[in-house]
Amino acid sequence: MLAVNFLLLAAVLFSVGVYGVIARRNAVMVLMSIELILNAVSLNLVAFSLMTGAVDGQVFALYVIAIAAAEVGVGLAMVLMIYRNRKTIALDDLSEMKG
Amino acid sequence: MSAVILAADGVNVAQNVGFGIIAAAMIFAALKVVTTDNVVHAALWLVVVLSGVAAQYILAAAEFVAISQVLVYIGAVMVLFLFGIMLTRAQIGKETDLNNKGWALGIPVGLALLGLLAWAILDAFGDDVLPDAGPTPTVALSDQFLSIYLVPFLAISFVLLAAAIGAIVLARKD
Repeated sequence: MLAVNFLLLAAVLFSVGVYGVIARRNAVMVLMSIELILNAVSLNLVAFSLMTGAVDGQVFALYVIAIAAAEVGVGLAMVLMIYRNRKTIALDDLSEMKG
Repeated sequence: MSAVILAADGVNVAQNVGFGIIAAAMIFAALKVVTTDNVVHAALWLVVVLSGVAAQYILAAAEFVAISQVLVYIGAVMVLFLFGIMLTRAQIGKETDLNNKGWALGIPVGLALLGLLAWAILDAFGDDVLPDAGPTPTVALSDQFLSIYLVPFLAISFVLLAAAIGAIVLARKD
C-alpha cells in the first residue's frame, strides 16, 4: 500500500473541511467542518506512524481526539449561550467585535 | 500505471481495494456534510466520515486509535452535536440560509489548498510503500503515554477537566 493513499485522502478531507468553515453560516455546521479538519490531521499522523514504525504518531492522534472532545464541548456550550441570548447562531449576525 | 506497479510489487491488493471503497465513501460523505441543506443530515453524514476514518485506522494497523475514534467521536461527540442542533433550532428540516453570502469564495480556496497539498505530498512521498505491519500492541502505546509523554498526558487530562467545567459554567442558565 502506498503512503500517498492515506496522505491524499487526508488532504481531500482537510480541503473539504476548510471549504465548510468558509462557506457555512450556521455555527454548528462550522464546528462539524472543524471536526473534518481534525480527522484529516489524525489520519496523517497514523499514516506517518505506520510509515516510520514508531507508535508516536498514534499517541499524537489520541491527543488530537482528546483535544477535539474538549473543543466540541466548549464550542457547543458557547453556541448554546449565544443562541439563548440572541436567538440566532448565524455567524454573520455576530459582528459586534468587528472594527 | 500505479496499479501495475502495485501488482508487480506484490502489494496487498485486498488492502488497496478496501482502502479505495472506504475512501470513496468518506469523500462523498464529507462533501455531503458541507453541502447538504439539512443540519441533521449533515450530522449523520459526518458519522459516515468518522466511521470511515476509524476503518482506515484499522487498515493502518492502529486498532486502539480506531476504537477510541468510535467511542469518542461516534459515541460522544456526535451525541453532543445532535444535542446542539436540537437545542438551537426550532424546526427540523431543510433550511435555505445555511451558507454565507460569500460562500463561493470557499471553492477556489479549497481547490487551491488541495492542489498545493497534493503537489507537496506527491513530491515528498511519491512512491513510498507502507510496510505490512501487524496490529500495534496497546502495551506499546501505554508505555509511551506513561514514560516520555507523561507530562503532556497529565496536561491533557487537565485540559479535559477545564473544558468540562467551562462547558458547564457557560451552558447553565442562572
